[in-house]
Amino acid sequence: MIELPAVQTAVPGTQPDFCFPPYASSVARSPRMPLVLLPETLTEKTGPVFGHNLIRKNDNDLTAQHEGEALGERILVHGRVLDDEGKPVRGALVEIWQANAAGRYRHKADGHDAPLDPNFSGAGRLLTDDDGRYFFKTIKPGPYPWGNHYNAWRPAHVHFSLFGAGILSRLVTQMYFPGDPLHPLDPIFNSIPDEGARQRLVSRLDMERTQPDYALAYAFDIVLRGSRGTPFEGDPRR
Amino acid sequence: MSIDRMIPSGSQTVGPYFRIGLEHLVCKTSVTESAAGKIEIHGKVLDRDGEPVPDAMLEFWGADPSGAYSGAASRSSGYPAGFQRLATDLDGSFVLSLSKPGPTPCGDGRVQAPHLLVLVFARGLLRHLITRVYFEKESANDSDPVLLELPVERRHTLVAACDATRPNVFRWNVILQGNDETVFFAW
Repeated sequence: MIELPAVQTAVPGTQPDFCFPPYASSVARSPRMPLVLLPETLTEKTGPVFGHNLIRKNDNDLTAQHEGEALGERILVHGRVLDDEGKPVRGALVEIWQANAAGRYRHKADGHDAPLDPNFSGAGRLLTDDDGRYFFKTIKPGPYPWGNHYNAWRPAHVHFSLFGAGILSRLVTQMYFPGDPLHPLDPIFNSIPDEGARQRLVSRLDMERTQPDYALAYAFDIVLRGSRGTPFEGDPRR
Repeated sequence: MSIDRMIPSGSQTVGPYFRIGLEHLVCKTSVTESAAGKIEIHGKVLDRDGEPVPDAMLEFWGADPSGAYSGAASRSSGYPAGFQRLATDLDGSFVLSLSKPGPTPCGDGRVQAPHLLVLVFARGLLRHLITRVYFEKESANDSDPVLLELPVERRHTLVAACDATRPNVFRWNVILQGNDETVFFAW
């Protein structure tokens, strides 16, 4: 039998294990059988391209999606999306979602006794520009309790979902804020074994981009897996 | 020359509230409205105990009926061809409606049987899982280079079964753990 070339797997320690018992929900939902090396065929070397028509006005300004202004600490979140060769990923779809300033999600399954803000939905999206840059204006999310263990609290975070070039570039992650005392206590954050890899999920206070008398800025760069193959015809991100 | 690769950013779970940010791309499939010529994959996402996973998201990537991977964004909607995002219902179920993909090149001269790449996200999954779904009664399954590399006794977990009565319907469950655990790939 001819063996297919396999996709390179992650550097050990830089990604969470599927089963991480301190995060209780992972125990019954993660595979136990050995994972099979993923072959690298045309299926894995290609991927979807998202168009600008998916993005509407104010999709990157979460403070301005309703009649009134959202409550809480206004922040600017920006950064670059790069592939693993350090090249900018152009036209990457970035989708974010988060709790409001009080630590409450606009979702029927969130039972936390904290107020909803009628002027804050907590969702944003955009396509990166030619330098792989993105920019959101939002509200700093609050920490919130969850049921993982007694007195469990999630550190403030923003969920990020990204598509780069090729389906294997797909990444869902979370952005954290610097200096949060909840980091050492959070099993989701600590599911990444390598300290350096973990700290790369913590954004950096960026005084250069901070707008005086208006809003603090946080910088958060994201590195996606590259597509080892040749981009397919018509891929604008070549 | 070797390139110093940057380490890709760490993955984190989508959590239970992903619909806030990701539902805008979720396909609203109404089975009765399915266009002619389309097939459907009906299934459930199940955990170790056979319990349905009501907060899972599935993303499907595949070729068109001619076997080509376009991926191009629709001019009107911006939605890419060959891609679909679904979220499971309260009972863990999902229905995918699509034009059946054709056989595709493997990249080494061989041919792959019709299939879709499937990404599985859920609360409890710190990284997404990657699997594939094939279709029962495709003769090309017997020579598919990826299926052939799997342990014989696990291959069926990637093959959607023909429905007993409806010819355009296939049935395929994603079993995250336990008896008949679906084959997942390392990434």
